[in-house]
Amino acid sequence: MIPPFVIENSPALMVIVPFVAAFIAPFTGRATAAARALVVGGAMAVTSAITLLLASDVYAHGTRLYVFGAQAATLAVPPDSGGIPVRIMFTVDPMSALMLVITAVSAFAVVLYSLASERHHSGLGSYYTLFLLMVTGILGMVATGDIFNFFVFLEILSIASAGLIAFRIDGGVAVEAAIKYFVLSTIGALAVLVAIGIYYGEYNALNMALIAQRMQFTLLDQLALVLIIAALAMKCGAVPMHFWTPDAYSMAPSSITALLVVASQASLYGLFRVVFTLYNITLNAACVGWIIIVLGVLSMVVGVTMAIPQKNVKRLMAYHAISQTGYMLLGVGVGLAVLGNQPLLDAFGYMAMEGGIFHIINHAMYKGLLFLTAGAIFFRIGTYDLNRMGGLGHSMKWTMIFFIIGALAIAGIPPFNGFASKLMIYESVFAFNPVLSVIAMVVSILTLASFVKVFHSIFMGPVLPEYRDVTEVPAPMLAGMGILALVVIVFGLFPSLVVETLVAPAAHALADQGMYIAAVLAGGA
Amino acid sequence: MTVLFTLDTGAGLWNPVIWVLGAAVAGIIALLLYSLGERGYKKGTAQEDPFLSGNPEPEKGLVHVRSGNLYWGFLDAMDGYYRRLVPLHTGDLHDYVLWYMGMTALFLVVVVVFR
Repeated sequence: MIPPFVIENSPALMVIVPFVAAFIAPFTGRATAAARALVVGGAMAVTSAITLLLASDVYAHGTRLYVFGAQAATLAVPPDSGGIPVRIMFTVDPMSALMLVITAVSAFAVVLYSLASERHHSGLGSYYTLFLLMVTGILGMVATGDIFNFFVFLEILSIASAGLIAFRIDGGVAVEAAIKYFVLSTIGALAVLVAIGIYYGEYNALNMALIAQRMQFTLLDQLALVLIIAALAMKCGAVPMHFWTPDAYSMAPSSITALLVVASQASLYGLFRVVFTLYNITLNAACVGWIIIVLGVLSMVVGVTMAIPQKNVKRLMAYHAISQTGYMLLGVGVGLAVLGNQPLLDAFGYMAMEGGIFHIINHAMYKGLLFLTAGAIFFRIGTYDLNRMGGLGHSMKWTMIFFIIGALAIAGIPPFNGFASKLMIYESVFAFNPVLSVIAMVVSILTLASFVKVFHSIFMGPVLPEYRDVTEVPAPMLAGMGILALVVIVFGLFPSLVVETLVAPAAHALADQGMYIAAVLAGGA
Repeated sequence: MTVLFTLDTGAGLWNPVIWVLGAAVAGIIALLLYSLGERGYKKGTAQEDPFLSGNPEPEKGLVHVRSGNLYWGFLDAMDGYYRRLVPLHTGDLHDYVLWYMGMTALFLVVVVVFR
């Protein structure tokens, strides 16, 4: 039923469709807003469908290569290339496929939401162009097998994100947040570019598999590793390089904040990809593992404690996003710390990695949902100030239900998805170091306390006189929130299916450097 | 079904379907206990008014406890921690860049020393 052309070229189509649509959208907007909505919604639906198709193909048949400009899409190493994969290449293994699933689901939910939430704003041509470029950047970052193209997609993502953070201007405050994000992103991207230059100078290669195969872990490689770890840890909001996160997350439109969460996770993916695939056991895994663990613990503790006193609901949620990133860093960091020790890896290392990776997809869903509910509140009452809210549960029942689902999930309350991934992290990390596990549990309790405050402040109490006429948000916004809420519930009720189908293959693909190298360098050779 | 939906967490097991069924049973028991309660309640009468030591009920908008009044005790108890942590969040881009550069330098020292 699906044309073979689409399946064969799905890695290219998933970035081409949103990229082309990004530049068509402003022209259709000049005709009618409905035409633009049709183009943007249609392009995102097609992109999500192609992306999910590709991900299912990867989970069914293994790593997919897509070599641009080659005679055959899988011809990674042409006969006359001297054994070097010279062309631009996408390498989609189960870890990449997991990130593709996250992006496809989140971006589709966000675009549905945006079609209603942004309809009264001006400048929507630019908004949707930047939105689709963001999606292109994220998809490219997680699919590419070429370190230089990772940088290119990272830049596309950063520029588009900065434009969207500044979208509402807000007396210049949003623009200031965007400038902060943009300056830090540019410095980080320059660091990544220097690291890429080091790899190219040393190994005459930009292909990740070939660099991995030739990796010597020289002093220059150590410098490159540090430049990439610091840049991508900053981009994913790890403490103490997180300062841009609450500024940017709170000032962007809520729909964009939900996608910024996915963008941050694409940086987290890049960090894991470089550490596991490029370096793997050539580095001192325990040392780098502990660096990531310490970043994770700091992010968990500082994120949640800074969230509690916040008065702005989106700033509060942004600090929680930092805190939740800490869980992912902790889980995967523990897996990395025992990477060279097979018995420990089998005993709890893989489980810790699976917990951390499962938390990535769970977090994208419930945190995206929470930001969308914050946007729904703002859509109706025009403020993010918790001190000015109250009683909205009477008039915004669906938004309240979605908020409850997201809040219980982020707090790790059963049977929602956050509980399952946190449980995997608690138990596996306990085997590594009980103190870390106890810290993670205390952070969860503080997260619950914080969201109890938010729930009470927004939804509980009598109807306030100033909000007597407030009604529920339009159906497309509810649909966007509903998609994410449904995933939160389904993943929470059937975690074993998700772990066995999506998460475990991703964790093993990440840890198995040899499989990644073989998939690329054996391709067409 | 139990095996299909049970997540093996390494040291333990987690089956949300059984948990939901347990929660449903607990809910039914709670409803049964509720049904044994006071039946003289009449909606829309003075029974609904709060008793505030004989004082009149304030305006609805004034009754709601706002966000700024919540967790005052926690924040006060943690005052020493927050007095150090909050000022680090200056909002100044120069500081953001300095933290980033500082952490990069620290990582480099750690990675090179422990290679």
